[in-house]
Amino acid sequence: MTATGIGAPVRRKEDQRFVTGQGRYVDDFNRPGQAHAYFLRSPHAHAAIRSIDTGPATIMPGVIAIFTGDDLATDKIGGLICGWMIHSKDGSPMKAGPHPALAQGKVRYVGDHVAVVIAETLAQAKDAAEAIVVDYDVLPAVVDTAQATKASVQVHDVSPDNTVFNWHLGNKDETEAAFARAKHVTKIDLVNNRLVPNPIEPRAAVGEYDFGTDNYTLYTTSQNPHVARLVLSAFIGVAPEHKLRVIAPDVGGGFGSKIFIYAEETVCVWAAKKVKRPVKWTSDRSEAFLSDAHGRDHVTHAEMATDENGKIIALRVHTTANLGAYLSTFSSSVPTYLYAPLLSGQYDIPAIYCEVDGVYTNTAPVDAYRGAGRPEATFVVERLVEKTARELGQNPAEFRRKNYITQFPHVTPVIMTYDTGDYAASLDKALEIADYKNFEQRKQESVRRGKLRGIGFSSYIEACGIAPSQAVGSLGAGVGLWESAEVRVNPTGSVEVLTGSHSHGQGHETTFAQLVSDRLGISIDQVSIVHGDTDKVQFGMGTYGSRSGAVGMSAIAKAIDKVIAKGKKVAAHVLEASEGDIEFKDGRFGVAGTDRSMAFGEIALQAYIAHKFSGQDLEPGLKEGAFYDPTNFTFPAGVHICEVEIDPDTGVTKIERWTAVDDFGVIINPMIVEGQVHGGIAQGVGQALLEGAFYDESGQLITASFNDYCMPRAIDLPSFQVGMTVTPCPSNPLGIKGCGEAGAIAAPPAVINAITDALGHEDIAMPATPQAVWRAAQKSRMPMAAE
Amino acid sequence: MTTVSLTVNGQSVTADVDPRTLLVQFLRENLRLTGTHVGCDTSQCGACVVHLNGQAVKSCTTLAVQANASVVTTIEGISQGGDLHPMQAAFREHHGLQCGYCTPGMIMSAIDIVNRKGNAVDEQTIRAELEGNLCRCTGYHNIVKAVAAGAQAMAQAPLQQAAE
Amino acid sequence: MYAFEYHRPTSVKEAAGLAGQAEDTKFLAGGHTLLPTMKLRLAGPANLIDLGQIAELRGIERSGDTITIRAMMKHAEVANSPEVKEAIPALAEMAELIGDPHVRNRGTIGGSVANNDPSADYPAACLALNATIITNQRKIAADDFFQGIFTTALEEGEIITQVSFPIPSQAAYIKFRNPASRYALVGVFVAKHSDGVRVAVTGAGSNGVFRVPEMEQALSGNFAPEALDGVAVAEDEMNSDMHADAAYRAHLVGVMARRAVQAAATRG
Repeated sequence: MTATGIGAPVRRKEDQRFVTGQGRYVDDFNRPGQAHAYFLRSPHAHAAIRSIDTGPATIMPGVIAIFTGDDLATDKIGGLICGWMIHSKDGSPMKAGPHPALAQGKVRYVGDHVAVVIAETLAQAKDAAEAIVVDYDVLPAVVDTAQATKASVQVHDVSPDNTVFNWHLGNKDETEAAFARAKHVTKIDLVNNRLVPNPIEPRAAVGEYDFGTDNYTLYTTSQNPHVARLVLSAFIGVAPEHKLRVIAPDVGGGFGSKIFIYAEETVCVWAAKKVKRPVKWTSDRSEAFLSDAHGRDHVTHAEMATDENGKIIALRVHTTANLGAYLSTFSSSVPTYLYAPLLSGQYDIPAIYCEVDGVYTNTAPVDAYRGAGRPEATFVVERLVEKTARELGQNPAEFRRKNYITQFPHVTPVIMTYDTGDYAASLDKALEIADYKNFEQRKQESVRRGKLRGIGFSSYIEACGIAPSQAVGSLGAGVGLWESAEVRVNPTGSVEVLTGSHSHGQGHETTFAQLVSDRLGISIDQVSIVHGDTDKVQFGMGTYGSRSGAVGMSAIAKAIDKVIAKGKKVAAHVLEASEGDIEFKDGRFGVAGTDRSMAFGEIALQAYIAHKFSGQDLEPGLKEGAFYDPTNFTFPAGVHICEVEIDPDTGVTKIERWTAVDDFGVIINPMIVEGQVHGGIAQGVGQALLEGAFYDESGQLITASFNDYCMPRAIDLPSFQVGMTVTPCPSNPLGIKGCGEAGAIAAPPAVINAITDALGHEDIAMPATPQAVWRAAQKSRMPMAAE
Repeated sequence: MTTVSLTVNGQSVTADVDPRTLLVQFLRENLRLTGTHVGCDTSQCGACVVHLNGQAVKSCTTLAVQANASVVTTIEGISQGGDLHPMQAAFREHHGLQCGYCTPGMIMSAIDIVNRKGNAVDEQTIRAELEGNLCRCTGYHNIVKAVAAGAQAMAQAPLQQAAE
Repeated sequence: MYAFEYHRPTSVKEAAGLAGQAEDTKFLAGGHTLLPTMKLRLAGPANLIDLGQIAELRGIERSGDTITIRAMMKHAEVANSPEVKEAIPALAEMAELIGDPHVRNRGTIGGSVANNDPSADYPAACLALNATIITNQRKIAADDFFQGIFTTALEEGEIITQVSFPIPSQAAYIKFRNPASRYALVGVFVAKHSDGVRVAVTGAGSNGVFRVPEMEQALSGNFAPEALDGVAVAEDEMNSDMHADAAYRAHLVGVMARRAVQAAATRG
């Protein structure tokens, strides 16, 4: 390992601009002549629009134009799409209702887009929006996930009972048979609480149109600018693909919420041409709460069957997944193929059957949020495993160990083929770091202080590096999930890497440069990573599902291999040797068995001056591209252990210790990987203890600001103990598994298992707020709980 | 319009502003100092923290006109020449940032914490004092480490501290 | 934010004069309640009178058994004031618990008291410490000043100039924060005076800050946590929301009160 190569904790190259305030986020861009857009949003969860009178607003100061859904329809602008087709059990396709960027005739959630005002200033646009008169026929709303199909309210005409799909996976007959012969069955009812992603940078868009060239430009807060361009052109139809440039510059966190193609950027691009001015929209936090796609929101009943030896023999799960008022870009995949295939966890479970009902409600659309389906699956499995162990009177760690998969590859009953792993190794290491053997002593000490102490495990697995194309295509994805890269070597030997992965906090400018440095033997300072601009990078699928390392970097590695191969040809000419005798080692091309060699940069120069070879037998230049499509998902896995202390007088839960031992395969930069783990845990702890998006019966979001939606703060969290184990991933050339979502997947059940351990009963839901824990502590039979 | 005169990062600035202009808008739009960010509209996230007369404040909850005759320091104004402020360097060294959006506010708050609580500030104090700054990326682990290290480093660099 | 006219008087008299002349005015102190409300367009005064340049509204003085804090003193200044820390450490500690460091660098005692937010901390301190709110027109006892949620005895155009606090023999404030907003879900200020104990509760009451006579009586006899055993506030007078229902709030009042008494007694 060199100081900047693979495995080195290299300090981030991008930080210089971020710590000095020189980062450039979308809202930092102001275009000449720019106007400001403000969206009038529905105050009702469900209403028919009888009329919209924009007349009085149009004549207000600074107003340039006001548009409604009719204007989009007139220009034949299509609706927003959901790009993953799910088929129900009966083979019928999912029921996708129309999703116009500006409402046409009906609004379906509070925050739904009714009209856009474009004005000289944002304040003027807001002033005018207040003057638009909308005549609503307010309809009853359906908000409750579990009751959605029974409601008399119908969100979309295409779905009379609000069902989007009734989907299933696994083998029902085998599962039923296993339950019939089970020695013990453990049952659990769970709610996976709705979350608001809340990256600290709100979404923003600037649309621009050049009448001279007929070119459109969109600056947008996107995790995947090429996908945004594809959807905006091919499906929504605001601009032809080759005439639309999408730029996603520095992006302030995404966590899934910036994958999707929303109404606002659609309207900004379209309106820029209509008003002949660049149009800028920046979300405020209140808008973000209402209209960023939310995450999770499952209601689940699950049962686990065990035999007389304490072996898990079957799992059956029924989940109702709230998809909100419209199907967001990837929403249908989240509670289906990103969920049920993970229900085997780390365990050898011979029979699994899962049914998922996707439902519409009058709430914000729900789509992928950090982990996307896998946290929900892990919560089901790890809560059930913990509860089963308790009911069987077994140590929860040892019960897990007994049921771990130990032989690889392992084919689960829910279509996954786990490639590699060593779950017991992670468990052992976690138990040691967590000082598990002395837990009982710490618990007694807490009891002496009138406190309750509990410990909870989460032995999670996830499927990451979302790919390969053939697999996702067979499951209904509308796109292939590979990644592209181009490695451009300059005559001076410096390198530009153009990647379809997007960095919005993950540190690609550093880790990708480390790979190049490692492979080509050049300094990372000689490497630039170019991303986030469709005019520069040919294509890319973007960043989500912990795929940038496993898929994106593999594409770069493949392109580098091609660069080295070409370099050998150049070297053969320059060093006057046969190509087969050229070796590339430590950044030098040399002739085997001789002392003749040239540095990488020297060969780069020779490739461009091309004096030593004819342009006919060898093309000048040194630039190679690659598309990489892996052979399987990757399967990061690990063990997290959470130890809590509860004050039964107040219900306050304090996390005393957090241990995370993860197997991410080969690690490029441990500093960055640990940072990803920390952030994921914080979001998982947030879900378990603090965060929840709640609508009242009429469909008003009652957690619509940071005053009511509880974001994790520094004081809510401990420092984390992070350890690693490594089994290299066999399905990509770098052995990488991905680390971006692990913490968010692992954490919620670890926290709840710790709390239920402390309480001595299972009756607590997420978020386990002080009020909820206090109430649950009242029920506990723990001697200190009486207050 | 109301006239406002103030010193920003050592430079005198005078402008006529609509009184409803927030200090953060004034910094970002009038002065193009876009390092100060806006992450919420309820005065909680702290992405907009700047120093007003040497104290950390939320520039989203301060009118530009309220800053009349004041001295404002933003993230762009804390480094000396080409060198990072010790707190900036500590955030980089300890990976106290990921997406970078909350970072300017975090660093301005961190310097304020050290100014008030001293160079030996401990973990629990740092966590409590970061009450007004939200980060969604880091889980705060490395921010806390960075603030502690930056606090120590500020003791070694009194000149920079004094320059603020 | 709606447009408004901005005024920057340099004396209380000038400020009061402006308020008398102009229509639809609001005084701007620290602005940490008013400005967020205006940003969300939930308030839109036509005239904003900034009290920030008025020198006579600044300062903290001790005179005999009273600490007087002028209206534009910021929470951080109160928290760090040697006079306050020495005379009424509980008051300095309370100020240190308001909002976050940035809020404390802007928010003022006058603004907080005048606003009487049902979750604000200062109203509890004023009630428990038997403070006197002094305006440009009169002196108002805290017991008469706070009249329900966001409601006070202040008349239109009346300006708080200072708040004076009699120094108690023992006092403490314990706050249970709303996990999200960090305002007081329940805050209990307990103060032992020569003529008895006062207990004031913020955050919990459905009608804003209130005193708890039963607790005061019990503690006046025995200033110890166990004196509160069996003493409870009525659930039906408690606020109820998604963060805490009335039963939980009522329970927390008891817990926080006991902890406050413990803290006050320990301070000695």
